[in-house]
Amino acid sequence: MTDVTAPGLAGAATRPRGRASSLTRTRVRSAWAFIAPALVVLVLVAGWPLARTIWFSFTDADLNNLSDYTFIGFENYLANYDGEWLGLLTDPDWWRSVWNTLWFTLVSVSIETVLGIVVALILNAHFPGRGIMRAVILIPWAIPTVVSAKMWNWMLHDQFGVINDMLLRLGIIAAPITWTANPDTALWTVVMVDVWKTTPFMALLILAALQMLPQDIYEAAKVDGVHPMRVFFRVTLPLIKPALLVAVIFRALDALRVFDLIYVLTANSKDTMSMSVFARQQLVEFQEVGLGSAASTLIFLIIALLVAATLVAGRVRLGEETR
Amino acid sequence: MAEVALRNIQKSFGGAKVIHGVDLEIRDGEFVVFVGPSGCGKSTLLRLIAGLEDITEGDLFIDGERVNDWAPAKRRIAMVFQSYALYPHMSVYDNMAFGLELAKASRSEIDARVREAARLLQIDDLLDRKPRQLSGGQRQRVAIGRAIVRDPKVFLFDEPLSNLDAALRVQTRIEIAKLHADTRATMIYVTHDQVEAMTLADRIVVLNKGRIEQVGTPLELYHRPANLFVAGFIGSPQMNFVPVEAVSAGSDHIEVRLPGGQTLPVPVHPEGTRTGEALTLGIRPDHLQVREDGPFRGRIELVEQLGENHLLYVAADGLRLTARETGDSRHRAGDVVSLAATGESCHLFRGSGEALPLTVPRGDRTTPPQSRTA
Ligand SMILES: Nc1ncnc2c1ncn2[C@@H]1O[C@H](COP(=O)(O)OP(=O)(O)O)[C@@H](O)[C@H]1O
Ligand SMILES: [Mg+2]
Repeated sequence: MTDVTAPGLAGAATRPRGRASSLTRTRVRSAWAFIAPALVVLVLVAGWPLARTIWFSFTDADLNNLSDYTFIGFENYLANYDGEWLGLLTDPDWWRSVWNTLWFTLVSVSIETVLGIVVALILNAHFPGRGIMRAVILIPWAIPTVVSAKMWNWMLHDQFGVINDMLLRLGIIAAPITWTANPDTALWTVVMVDVWKTTPFMALLILAALQMLPQDIYEAAKVDGVHPMRVFFRVTLPLIKPALLVAVIFRALDALRVFDLIYVLTANSKDTMSMSVFARQQLVEFQEVGLGSAASTLIFLIIALLVAATLVAGRVRLGEETR
Repeated sequence: MAEVALRNIQKSFGGAKVIHGVDLEIRDGEFVVFVGPSGCGKSTLLRLIAGLEDITEGDLFIDGERVNDWAPAKRRIAMVFQSYALYPHMSVYDNMAFGLELAKASRSEIDARVREAARLLQIDDLLDRKPRQLSGGQRQRVAIGRAIVRDPKVFLFDEPLSNLDAALRVQTRIEIAKLHADTRATMIYVTHDQVEAMTLADRIVVLNKGRIEQVGTPLELYHRPANLFVAGFIGSPQMNFVPVEAVSAGSDHIEVRLPGGQTLPVPVHPEGTRTGEALTLGIRPDHLQVREDGPFRGRIELVEQLGENHLLYVAADGLRLTARETGDSRHRAGDVVSLAATGESCHLFRGSGEALPLTVPRGDRTTPPQSRTA
């Protein structure tokens, strides 16, 4: 800079910006370098099967011969033959499974959240043997779902099950209940087993959040004589809300894809069939790869929409908080 | 406002005894400071008074009523925590109002009280902010404000200034002193900082290892420390301790032999001190002067010039003595000097650490130390 024509201020203002942008560019480059392997793996193990599933959903592929199929457009979803509407979107069984899944998700996650909070609060209290209790409570979560579902299947067996036996002896019921076969109890039974299995997971996530909370504010509330229930709703709950939301989203995603628990407990019963069980039935039992893929694609879309809605709702609420 | 009385208060955590029988009467409207080294049980004692810990043994009275088994809320105390303990998700206003909302106070009354406290603490324009949007000093004010709105019988402070920077600490200290002057509420204040204790307290309670070493006004503790621990803890820089030997005891003084061989008469009651008994002589740095014929001769290790005065660290007779004189120092590190003190400015402690009672009054009733040695 021998010919100083520009005012010093302008030079000072432009130079740091130029330097910062090159620094930013380097940072962005190394960020991409770091996430590239993860992206590649994701594309290979998730993107490719997903793309293939979506592609198959527009074909009439059959499980017997996957290489021989023709493109049929949206006919798996919706088609009109001689004035009659056909396809997945008109199938009452499909909509039944969607409804079952949403109901199961809503009810089970709600119960698990409430119970999880209660258990976490108990585990967060200081009492002897707390460490052991924390380990013990994890057992249902540690058992593989298929195993615990089978176990519950036996316990819930209408003739030989221990649960009917106990209830009969206690005089609570007069006749054995066919828990998993009766349409009135089947879905509730599934929910109960899921709650048994998953509450520990919720409890542990919430417990982690509780242990991050500062202790002094509880002492301050105690000195100020604030009722414990009020402290819970006005202090604890708002402070663990972010962690709670994450836990609920995790659980809801799991619940929307529920398969093994329902399949082992009630097989292909329409009363409890979830979206995933429906898709499996189409794909494997009926060998209708096209229809099954269409169902899988719809599952993907439904879950994606729900996640997007949750994230948007969460962001809106966060935005309000910082203001 | 209330009196607080502690009778033989003891506290154990599991098997570990932390408070060993504390007796203390705190008067209505008094500002009492618990001071002592870290881990001596100051916070524990405060939390026992607050009701955040159970009292293992002994009785606690507030306003004449035994409150051992009362919940903290019922004791009508307010506590300001070292960490501020603000609710992070609530506005400043809500932080102050939260503890009131169930206390049968109407909404408008709560509002009036919060705004009054905020005005007093000059945080009225911060009422909508969240704690994380405040500086440390502002947070501390909110914490104090939350205590004020409750209109408690007793204010409890647990090292409220220790997270603030030096300038803010002085400023907030002055404000707490003003708060006490304005409200005349009973206040119990915990600190490990003896300057805070000296400046704020009506009376200081010096604690050590879960026991009270001495209770008294700041100047009583400074001029008449009951034992070696208090003598060493109160006053900065620390009092110099010199091992000496009793040569002879009169009715109102003891003659002691200094490490250099000279003798010095100290005006204390001998209380059965035997000739030849090993004692400890205590001399405050202000009372050691550079003098040609001084009995402590040694080399200056370090000179600290502080402007209004200076500190000399002198290695003499195997001792390390600190002297403070006014103005700038003529000396440099490495110079050899002699230090002297008058017997009237010294303290004598027996082997048990206990001070021998002074026969000449000290402090406000005598002339300042500097003019006496001149
Ligand atoms: N909840 C507790 N459980 C066990 N020991 C404790 C507990 N609280 C304090 N102590 C012990 O009591 C002693 C005094 O602690 P404290 O009152 O916090 O000291 P300080 O004077 O520094 O405030 C320390 O030795 C500390 O380890
Ligand atoms: Mg402490």
